[in-house]
Amino acid sequence: MPIIRAEGLTKTYRVADKQPGLRGTLRHFFARRSREVPAVKDVSFSIEAGEIVGFLGPNGAGKTTTLKMLSGLIHPTAGTVEVAGHVPYRRQGNFLRSISLVMGQKQQLIWDLPPLDSLRVNAAVYGLDDAGAKRRITELAEMLELGDELSRPVRKLSLGERMKAELLAALLHRPSVLFLDEPTLGLDVNAQARVRDFLADINRRTGTTVLLTSHYMGDITALCPRVLLIHQGHLFHDGPLDELTERLAPCREVRLELKDPAPAEAFAAYGAVESCQGHQVRLLIPRDRLTAAVARLLADFAVVDLEVSEPPVEELIGRLFRQGVVA
Amino acid sequence: MSRSPLVHGLRVARALFTSQYALMLEYRAEIALWALSGVLPLIMLGVWSGSGAGADAGLTPLQLARYFLAAFVVRQFTIVWVIQAFEEDNLQGRLSPYLLQPLPPLWRYLAAHLAEQVTRLPFVVVILALVALVLPGTLSWPSPLSFLLAVVATHLVFLLRFLIQSLITMACFWSERAAALERLQMIPYLFLSGLVAPLETFPEGMRALAFATPFPWMIWFPARLLGGGQVDVAAGFGALLAWIALLLPLTLLLWKAGIRRYSAMGA
Repeated sequence: MPIIRAEGLTKTYRVADKQPGLRGTLRHFFARRSREVPAVKDVSFSIEAGEIVGFLGPNGAGKTTTLKMLSGLIHPTAGTVEVAGHVPYRRQGNFLRSISLVMGQKQQLIWDLPPLDSLRVNAAVYGLDDAGAKRRITELAEMLELGDELSRPVRKLSLGERMKAELLAALLHRPSVLFLDEPTLGLDVNAQARVRDFLADINRRTGTTVLLTSHYMGDITALCPRVLLIHQGHLFHDGPLDELTERLAPCREVRLELKDPAPAEAFAAYGAVESCQGHQVRLLIPRDRLTAAVARLLADFAVVDLEVSEPPVEELIGRLFRQGVVA
Repeated sequence: MSRSPLVHGLRVARALFTSQYALMLEYRAEIALWALSGVLPLIMLGVWSGSGAGADAGLTPLQLARYFLAAFVVRQFTIVWVIQAFEEDNLQGRLSPYLLQPLPPLWRYLAAHLAEQVTRLPFVVVILALVALVLPGTLSWPSPLSFLLAVVATHLVFLLRFLIQSLITMACFWSERAAALERLQMIPYLFLSGLVAPLETFPEGMRALAFATPFPWMIWFPARLLGGGQVDVAAGFGALLAWIALLLPLTLLLWKAGIRRYSAMGA
């Protein structure tokens, strides 16, 4: 039985519609007008307990709105949603004790106090006894490589340390479902890697179901065997990441290092020219023509080095969104 | 897990209070300034003393001085800022994490206020000690019963003010700037509560009007208990309890409606 189930999930926001300028301001003051903006349209999916699922999509695609509906922060306009056996927006105590939401841009820790003070409050709110809370904090702090940081005011912590402390606070009560909205936003590469390792570890050890949105494909490729791709409120893909890349771009990236520079037009017959700068050329070539194209390239040009790889996923998705293919 | 709801509630209360007290100690300089900024009754004491205006209402200069000192103390422990805190949390997005915990956010604000009152206490004592030095003979200890009644009344006033502000705070869910509404109610509070002048000095019609509102019970009543003087104790406590009984269910109802609207509109 799935731990998360969304059926025809739809959310439409009503937003103020104000024209610029003095006339628009006066009109808005006396007769407010609003319009409806659809954020999520008829989205259906289900997630089994213990899965890590990535939620992909450009800004404004509806990722955060969906997470907010799943966590119970907002009501859906239409459709049904069930998480851990509860209707989220009713926000019943048992439901709230079984989930956690971490938003990369927003914090639950008290800014001017050390994280330990916030953790003490969380432990009491979630009904953990002192010894149990201490054990749990020690266990999570070890996994997150947090030590003295827990005794320093949150405002004095680096972004990465703060996010790790936020994760500790979010997982203190052992939620069965963890929603993460951009957990690595703004973190440096090392901090991103540590957060990813931790999430994989906690999923493996405790079977916590994780649904995460991220702008960083590294998070998705490292953590999520399954991805949901949402665009303009519609669910475009639900399945393995490999399947998505095959579906979006059944091609390979070919990098060439030439002995002598050649113009970009010279490579148009072999595939899509992604870049051509001096000796360096980058092409995208359909998989079914790859062998023949590489053989011809080697025959037609003085190639010093050649590398074939999967194209970066974020680039493919970004390009498809820009081209309006996913519409 | 805690054994009973009572034990659980006490643990939450203790954790909330101690963390908020720690937070308030971080802001001790700010709280000292707040305590100083609440000296309006002491200013009014200066304005009234020597003017002889209190005599018309049958108040001696000493009674007036004691009234304003008591009003100062009551005011210090009934200051409520839940609107500002809530509005900031709403705008900064801190409300969302609070709503996802199995604890109504109003408890957090209540704990923060109580912690702030404890932090404020030493500064109030220092200000009173300074007044005692400058105006010897003005300070006097009320009888233990009067003191006890004044303490209870002040706590009830705090609760009443907290409820009124919470009601206005709920307007945050409909308008993002509920603090403007709070400023609007500050005017009748200032003039009808007895902060600026004791109720005895009001013209008859004005006094009747004032007593039809909750405001005189918020300063005048506990200040008369603390500063000494004739006051109808039963009427005062009756009025405070009646206003609380009226506003408590209304606040809880509006809170639920507000959260539903917040959820429906988009957090």
